[in-house]
Amino acid sequence: MSQPQMRKPIECGVPDHMQYLHPTLRKNYGNWKYHDRPRPGVLHHVSKSGDEVWTVRAGTQRQMDVYTIRKLCDIADKFAEGHVRFTIRSNIEFMVADEKKVAPLIAELEKNGFPVGGTGNSVSMIAHTQGFLHCDIPGTDASGVVKSLMDELYEEFKNEQMPNRVRLSTSCCEINCGGQADLAIVIQHTKPPKINHDLVANVCERPAVVARCPVAAIRPALVNGKPTLEVDEKKCVCCGACFPPCPPMQINDPEHSKLAIWVGGKNSNARLKPQFMKMVAAGLPNHPPRWPEVAEVVKRILRTYKEDARPWERMADWIDRIGWPRFFEKTGLTFTKYLIDDWRGSRSNLNASTHIRF
Amino acid sequence: MAKKLHDTPNLDQLESGPWPSFVTGIKRLAKDKDIMVDLLGHLEHSYQTRKGYWKGGTVGVFGYGGGIIPRFTEIKDENEQPVFKDAAEFHTLRVMPPAGMHYNTDILRKFCDIWEKHGSGLIAFHGQSGDIMFQGCSTENVQKAFDEINELGFDLGGAGPAVRTSMSCVGAARCEQSCFDEGKGLRKIVNAFLDDMHRPALPYKFKFKFSGCPNDCMNSIQRSDMAIIGTWRDNIQTDEALAKKWFAKHGLNELVNDVVGMCPTRAIQLKEIKAVSKDTAVSSVAVNDTQALEINNKDCVRCMHCINVMTGALAPGQDRGATILVGGKRTLKIGDLMGTVVVPFMKLETDEDYEQLLDLAKRIVDFFAENALEHERTGEMIERIGLVNFLEGIELEIDPSMVANPRTNPYVRMDGWDEEVARVKAKQAAA
Repeated sequence: MSQPQMRKPIECGVPDHMQYLHPTLRKNYGNWKYHDRPRPGVLHHVSKSGDEVWTVRAGTQRQMDVYTIRKLCDIADKFAEGHVRFTIRSNIEFMVADEKKVAPLIAELEKNGFPVGGTGNSVSMIAHTQGFLHCDIPGTDASGVVKSLMDELYEEFKNEQMPNRVRLSTSCCEINCGGQADLAIVIQHTKPPKINHDLVANVCERPAVVARCPVAAIRPALVNGKPTLEVDEKKCVCCGACFPPCPPMQINDPEHSKLAIWVGGKNSNARLKPQFMKMVAAGLPNHPPRWPEVAEVVKRILRTYKEDARPWERMADWIDRIGWPRFFEKTGLTFTKYLIDDWRGSRSNLNASTHIRF
Repeated sequence: MAKKLHDTPNLDQLESGPWPSFVTGIKRLAKDKDIMVDLLGHLEHSYQTRKGYWKGGTVGVFGYGGGIIPRFTEIKDENEQPVFKDAAEFHTLRVMPPAGMHYNTDILRKFCDIWEKHGSGLIAFHGQSGDIMFQGCSTENVQKAFDEINELGFDLGGAGPAVRTSMSCVGAARCEQSCFDEGKGLRKIVNAFLDDMHRPALPYKFKFKFSGCPNDCMNSIQRSDMAIIGTWRDNIQTDEALAKKWFAKHGLNELVNDVVGMCPTRAIQLKEIKAVSKDTAVSSVAVNDTQALEINNKDCVRCMHCINVMTGALAPGQDRGATILVGGKRTLKIGDLMGTVVVPFMKLETDEDYEQLLDLAKRIVDFFAENALEHERTGEMIERIGLVNFLEGIELEIDPSMVANPRTNPYVRMDGWDEEVARVKAKQAAA
């Protein structure tokens, strides 16, 4: 029997970006001198050639329908010579070589519901993941959490009133696809997986699942005469690492999969070295469609940071200055024994000094 | 016209408020597409029960082993039939973006037309690994959609135990802090690993990321196995006109508190102009008629803070390249790991320099492929075998810039010490 003729892929890899650059960016590639920010949401870059370009940044919902994308294209065609780019946080940027186009471009974006901002010392768009919409292992949603929070933080996106830039992320499981951030919202499971013993042998590669557990809590077992896996629930840290390779080990639970808040992560080398974020609150309910309990804690931390940090202090720099006791005091969050690290290398997270702020 | 919408009381609440609503967008698509009517029903069911209902599977395109994220519904009725049958298959195509995520409207409109025809009409710019995510496609249409996207000069990204899609910052295209050609580096490296991307056969995922300066806008230090972060070796450059302009606007308090006082290595001092050091490792710039900033570049760690505050007045030096770090990742399984330095400085200017970068990348991926355990990332592998073994494997010489500090415990066998001192000294003498 003859096989249908299949089209072979053209293994072209990453396309050449030069063909998509705005003409002023292409002309001045690698030749920029400095930039300033004439107003929130606008960057003004000056080239060594004397050329100037204004960038207008706007927020999007990331998960965009074709009508939204075409509307953004219409705006780019009208004002920005038909070019755009996206930031790592799913903001869209329009470049214009004529300053006079900036104000009408902003007006057009806002008229169509795209908030202009996300530059400098603002709260930029939240880096987010797939969630209920498309992930196979989510404990919560992503797009909905982000939509709810950005509604609450809308004015902080549109203004530059924070001490330094604020980067947020959300993640629907402990894999933390959203990444390190000044403030991150991450699912924290609180109960061991519920195992469907009828399915494990057929669905899961059992040795690989045993190897995946960070605390060696999973072991082979026989249940009702069937080979399966069991979890030592005293050892289990409820991380969910076994769930992706073995879906019958269901870790997600509507009640017991909670949300935790982490602060002080940053990737930039500016001032302090890059920092991992630290868990400061947990046990928040997974409460769609708007997650009000999470929003309350997020806003409280951001409000305290905004009032108390000095110019240029990121969340991590601020806490480095004021210390953790005062962080908990000022934010009103409760420091509990669960926030004291006991994972490997944990003693380096203890205070090995008499440096104490009274 | 599509079929009637399901009741979605939870999702409806996400249509109010000022931020752009993905629900409103999906509802617009649902006017014409049954797949989106059922997607809304599917998502509402998740909101009501607070659980996810997608499972993976095996869907691909001809010739590739990865790049499609298969999703099949798990919401079934009593007869094991999908409740939301038109969204029973909802696969994603991961497509690699151009470096810096630049587009023209012509290509974006073509994407829209293809995805309206073969898919759901929902596109995410971009996923956390940088892919354009064409979300929502039936098994049957995956090949058709890919063929048309591929004909436009775009290719699938990575999934599974493979080299993954990469990202680079806006960099040289629009940023004065750019220390190398990020887009060139990204294309040079990633396009040399397409076989490892499209035919997953590594122990686990491997990610490259490219940031043009130590501000690391691509988060490469904790989100990539090999982070290429721009830096410079020579003195910070200065511009007196811009420095005076900055000072006129911000004044002495801000100069002292926000610039001098926040330098992490106390490399900056405020001095009388006539007292500024003439040392060749010193950068200086007058901020007014009597005072100047003096920066000791030997003490500077290239953190970017002062340059960020006084952009243009202070700038990266001219002898530019990158620091290369290996092993960043998030928690699972052994705990969070930052990338750590394996090359303190690699010049990135000429084509030969970029060849050298590619050569190093190949050595690292080869070593990873041969030595990592299944489901082990580079950082975990290095934790297990030790940095020195890793460096020997990829043929890199040790350097004190690779450590925060030398070892703090005596638990090491050291009977080779004298030979090693002799070897290092001979190497230094030969250099």
